[in-house]
Amino acid sequence: MLVQVLFWIFASVLAISALGMITVRNPVHSALLLVLCFFTSAAIWLLIEAEFLAVVLILVYVGAVMVLFLFVVMMLDINVEEVRARVTRYALFGGVVAGVVVFEMVSVVWTRSLGVDVTTGAQGQPANYSNTAELGTLLYTKYVYPFELAAVLLLIAIVAAISLTMRKRAGLRQQNVAKQVAVRREDRVRIIKMPAEKPAAAEPAPTEKGA
Amino acid sequence: MIPLNWLLIVSSVLFAISVAGMFINRKNLILLLMCVELLLLAVNFNFVAFSRYLNDINGQIFVFFVLTVAAAESAIGLAILVVLFRERRSINVEDLSTLKG
Repeated sequence: MLVQVLFWIFASVLAISALGMITVRNPVHSALLLVLCFFTSAAIWLLIEAEFLAVVLILVYVGAVMVLFLFVVMMLDINVEEVRARVTRYALFGGVVAGVVVFEMVSVVWTRSLGVDVTTGAQGQPANYSNTAELGTLLYTKYVYPFELAAVLLLIAIVAAISLTMRKRAGLRQQNVAKQVAVRREDRVRIIKMPAEKPAAAEPAPTEKGA
Repeated sequence: MIPLNWLLIVSSVLFAISVAGMFINRKNLILLLMCVELLLLAVNFNFVAFSRYLNDINGQIFVFFVLTVAAAESAIGLAILVVLFRERRSINVEDLSTLKG
């Protein structure tokens, strides 16, 4: 019973923060409301015993992606009023589309669940069940190839993001590694053979050698 | 426990809100990206719910991969956004009509 009450509290927080996200004027506020959305979803996932994904959602989304979003929003100097000038023009249309989406999905769920026993809920896992261990076992055996591909994808994303945003500054001193490697001894050092000089009369100056 | 119905309804409401957000904020590129994130979250909700109620953990693996791809997508999207802002000093979608001819 408590779980169900908590579920509805979280679900309403989720819906309200999502609605806020798409309607507030300030992009920073909507990014923060999106953080609230992700956090509440993680709480709901915890309620249905998907612990690992809940933690990953918080770590990856709240900790990394949304920080990146906030970073970009604050870095770009966006004129909020100009962007929001004609916002109400499409609000009605968007609302109608959203209403149709909700109606269709709810009706499908409703009719399909008439004869099926989906209202009982999932069986709770035993106390020694570890969602993380279960997922890890599957991830490193059956899904190890997709896992590697996902790692490569993230690497490509890193390289792409850096190469897109890197900008060349004028007057920047850089080292040319190819030139450094290709240099030969003769380019840098010249050894000159010269006969030893006779010491001067009063005080002999130290002889200099070409280095 | 929570019935499957409730989770599916919450997920569809979330999906619909993000679709509406795409119509409402269709001029602001950064909010469009955020709406895409919310949409993927709604889809992940369905995956997690069915994975739990059918007792099949493969669905949660799929959510893991969706999260990975979404993170890569938002990183590259934001990088493109930064480059775009540097070029045009604006992220308004209507300013990006170079290909229109």
